[in-house]
Amino acid sequence: MIPSNFEFMAALLKEKSGLIITADKIYLLDARLSPIARKHNLAGLDALVMAMRAPLATALVNEVVDAMTTNETSFFRDKTPFDALKNSLIPGLVARRAAQRSIRIWSAACSTGQEPYSLVMMLRDQFPALKDWRIEIVATDLSPTVLQRARDGVFTPFEVQRGLPIQMLVRHFDQVEQNWQIKPDLRRMIDFRPLNLLSDISALGKFDIILCRNVLIYFDQLTKGTVLSRMARMLPADGALILGGAESVFGICDALGDVPGLRGVYGPAPGMKTVQRPEFQQQQVLIAS
Amino acid sequence: MTSIYKADTMFGDDSEETVSEAPKFCLIVDDSSTIRKFSARLLTSMNFIVGEAEHGLAAVEACRLVVPDLVLLDWNMPEMNGLECLKALRAMDLKPRPAIVMCTTENVLPKITEALAAGADEYIMKPFDRDVLRDKLAQLELV
Repeated sequence: MIPSNFEFMAALLKEKSGLIITADKIYLLDARLSPIARKHNLAGLDALVMAMRAPLATALVNEVVDAMTTNETSFFRDKTPFDALKNSLIPGLVARRAAQRSIRIWSAACSTGQEPYSLVMMLRDQFPALKDWRIEIVATDLSPTVLQRARDGVFTPFEVQRGLPIQMLVRHFDQVEQNWQIKPDLRRMIDFRPLNLLSDISALGKFDIILCRNVLIYFDQLTKGTVLSRMARMLPADGALILGGAESVFGICDALGDVPGLRGVYGPAPGMKTVQRPEFQQQQVLIAS
Repeated sequence: MTSIYKADTMFGDDSEETVSEAPKFCLIVDDSSTIRKFSARLLTSMNFIVGEAEHGLAAVEACRLVVPDLVLLDWNMPEMNGLECLKALRAMDLKPRPAIVMCTTENVLPKITEALAAGADEYIMKPFDRDVLRDKLAQLELV
């Protein structure tokens, strides 16, 4: 790939998604974009960039951004954050929100939906006491393509075998020919919305828990700091931000500090000015039994 | 008897996992030698010692000699099929109780439900790969 084309691609990806591609990550471009070049009968990545530079290449540009930002995911990906949710964070909210009987959770960069669906399955199975609570789960992603897949909730046999215990498959999915679709009542619990994390995310309102895992690793330090500071302002004093295993707030965002005993979980730093969490007014969904 | 039970057969050398625990023992029960070899290669790289049986009856006999930690069990086999074998193994009340994972092309919901009711702990729908096998065994805390 000639340097000017690499620079074009890197600048475009940063502008559209915040993704930082440095010269040592060129293999990522090759691995993810070569199939797109082949599909469009283009000789390679240089030819792909040529095609992207053409007027009215929006669809191709979107396809490239999707390919670079869609990451492998699985149900209940990583044990640690789901243990924290099940054993500490959700029970804590059940106790502290007993008066309001409402919880808001945001799955940021939800990809094809495995993370928010894991969450609703866990809430349904482990927290029957929430049956009559107002639970709002907002799931966002940059890519309209993967969001539509997430809304449909249809997964291949390979996908439902990644991280999902068979008992949960039987309980929460319908078989649709060769594939598996999560049951309608669970699909209705999630509000899927397109969102660029670099845009004004504060319009989403306040959340008790934000999951933003394995996304920040693709951003530069400045962008990480900006996104984390905005998320910090969206949390109540007892709110929690869950990051991926390779991510941290330290040295990047002073508004957040670790939650003792919970690896990868962060909350508003002591002394940080937070706003009382208002009652949410957006779509509210009951967890029906 | 047509069993080809081998208590410590090792296949391949792709031992990518770094592990320090004592190896666990898995009995692979499948009438396809190709599937047995494929599964054995994956399992040995996950620190398992593997044995093989080519049908349910051979598996039951093998489990009388050595109780495995894990049985990876196909459904459609001659002599005794996987569901009958599953029921027989659970009726034997083996100690310590082995994990039994069905591994089959019988991928419809009623079959899965039937196997779970008969005592299967997990269910792998063929075709499968290393990631699927590893995830399923992780759920059973075997890796």
